[in-house]
Amino acid sequence: MIRFSKYIWLYIVLSSVILVPGVYSLVRWGLKPSIDFTGGTVLEVQLEKTISKDMVNSIVKKNSIDLIEVSSGEKNIYIFRMKATSDTKLDAFQKDLQKESGDKLIILKKDTVGPLIGKELLAKAVVASLLVLIAILSYVAYAFKSVKFGIAAIIALIHDVLVVFSSFSLLGHFMGIEVDTLFVTAFLTTMSFSVHDTIVIFDRIREYRKKDTRTSLTTISDVALTETMGRSLVNSFTIIFMLLSLVLMGGESVRWFAAALLIGTITGTYSSPFVATPIVLLLDMWERRKK
Amino acid sequence: MMKRPLKIFILLTILTICAGFIDLPEKFMISIPFNGNVIKKEINPPIINISIGSLKIQKTFTTHLGLDLAGGTHVVLEADMKGIPEASRMGALESARQVIERRVNFFGVSEPLVQHMKSGDAYRIIVELPGVTDVDEALSLIGQTAKLEFREFTTTPESTQAAFLLPTLETTKPVDLTGSDLKKAVLSFNSNNGEPEVAIEFTADGGKKFAEITKRLIGKPLAIFLDGMPLMWPRVSTEITDGSGVISGGFTSDQAKRLALQLNAGALPVSIAVVEKRIVGASLGAESVSKSVQAGLIGLGIVAIFMILKYGWLGFYADLALFVYGLLTLALYRIIPITLTLPGIAGFILSIGMAVDSNILIFERFKEEVRKGKPWQIAMELGFGKAWDSIRDANFTTIITSIILFNPGNWDFLPNSGLVRGFAATLFLGVIISLFTGIIVTRTFIRVLYKGPKGGRV
Repeated sequence: MIRFSKYIWLYIVLSSVILVPGVYSLVRWGLKPSIDFTGGTVLEVQLEKTISKDMVNSIVKKNSIDLIEVSSGEKNIYIFRMKATSDTKLDAFQKDLQKESGDKLIILKKDTVGPLIGKELLAKAVVASLLVLIAILSYVAYAFKSVKFGIAAIIALIHDVLVVFSSFSLLGHFMGIEVDTLFVTAFLTTMSFSVHDTIVIFDRIREYRKKDTRTSLTTISDVALTETMGRSLVNSFTIIFMLLSLVLMGGESVRWFAAALLIGTITGTYSSPFVATPIVLLLDMWERRKK
Repeated sequence: MMKRPLKIFILLTILTICAGFIDLPEKFMISIPFNGNVIKKEINPPIINISIGSLKIQKTFTTHLGLDLAGGTHVVLEADMKGIPEASRMGALESARQVIERRVNFFGVSEPLVQHMKSGDAYRIIVELPGVTDVDEALSLIGQTAKLEFREFTTTPESTQAAFLLPTLETTKPVDLTGSDLKKAVLSFNSNNGEPEVAIEFTADGGKKFAEITKRLIGKPLAIFLDGMPLMWPRVSTEITDGSGVISGGFTSDQAKRLALQLNAGALPVSIAVVEKRIVGASLGAESVSKSVQAGLIGLGIVAIFMILKYGWLGFYADLALFVYGLLTLALYRIIPITLTLPGIAGFILSIGMAVDSNILIFERFKEEVRKGKPWQIAMELGFGKAWDSIRDANFTTIITSIILFNPGNWDFLPNSGLVRGFAATLFLGVIISLFTGIIVTRTFIRVLYKGPKGGRV
């Protein structure tokens, strides 16, 4: 048996290492919203040959495009982000680009999105998440016959969601990674996974408590953690293998989505023994001290 | 008598083979060398086409790829409901949706998606056109409202021929009576013979015009055009002064209902504005998808090898069960059908993880029991029994989550967009199937095939 409960301070330090800068970044810089949330127009084109930055800028100016950002990728791919722009303006802009670069111009993406939809979806996703939280809290409290477990599962879940948001806030600020609607899905997945993993450990604690009512909850949880650790790691490795291959080899549109899922899986695995379980213990201590 | 696990094993094998058939790739060429010749054969998923008496069952099994995977156009339209009473707004939206769907189908887009959505005060129609990468084309296809028009023949045909003469825009001219003069059209049934017909009612102004026209055209045909296409050209028998009429002529009740809807749509001046339009480049989509599928398969392969390395034969049976899981899931995606999107694939991956997890939980329990000195058969059954509690609770919370996200009641305050729903649907299906394969299938495989750990050790 490993005395996991002795090192609660270590878990607090570990979580803080990520959460303190992450939450700071989240408050200070927030997340970098993609066009899904802000609305606007994105034009992604592939040109015959590279054109200089000055040239691009002058073409933008000539067509009075309200540009937010332009980025260029491999194979002469240019991505223009702009405020909502009319089709006629875009057409003229494309023609000018084409003139400058030779013959071929392939439109890879041409999106015009109203910002309203992103906000609506977001508000609804938040409402749904709150409902999910309440449902999970009630079910876990019922299944384990103790509100402590429900609260601990929820706190671990919030911890995981915060880690995912924090990481993307940092990634957004330093690497320009945007959050899009797929990120919303990743966040929902993290919620499901986090609780799934936590319950497996709680189940072990419940089992031993039924058999043995004398031993302290602290010792029981240490035994439970020791025994489930192998399973937790094996299980998470399988998911991490899947996701890592998607991050490293998957297509561009899937990469950051898979990265968000990967971060969610890692923190979801970590939080079950090192956030949820210590919180059950702390709540238990607090409860007994009150008596 | 056969032992029960063996029976289940045979049943599972049959089920898996059926699923395998449904999962056959589409338009896949195989060549088999045979007697020096090469036999080339195109493989396609089966098509069910059974008719028992009057009952006809027809079903094709193909994978429905969402817009984000197949590429195409996504357009969100918002209907301007000003001037339309609150109560008839949903009806108007549905009529508009049907008209758009008819246009899209007429245009021959494969697997289009046209759905209406009310969110807050906004009445919207979402149109997804896989394979259409020209927004202008797409918009011209769906942009206009249905146009209903009454026309008379410019040349008066002989009365005997009139019934056979097809009215066209060239041979007819407008009589200044259009859909905007129509108050409403409803499905009704003839009081004499019970045949379905469409009762139309004009506005006061339209009624007056209609009376004048019918008076003028007694004995002549009056043609009704929808979107420039002749719908019908009944002969006017009397002057109609009460501002109403019926359109009849051997409709089935479905046809009459549709016509009423179409007429209402033509009559309703719902102007539609584009709120969102986006093209997903097919080339980008295809490249991204094939890369991701490849990556997913490699990941899955690593998971399978990992399971074998960790658990030996048990791991192999778990992998077999996982293979059955994959076949069953894909077959269900095709049967229901579920449109596969990127978030949907996320749900699928998560549920694979949970399927593997069930097996890991069971095997770890099994090992523990063996360590306590129990014979492996008993340890295995105990492992399944003891792991069940945690598997049940863990999966139950996931099922709750997926149901809330799927929003089956279509409530306004919960997500009702395709994105979140696609994820929820595949997650829900995945968890249910993984419970089945992770427990029943693995257990049966082990009961029937497993010969115990080597040398009695685990």
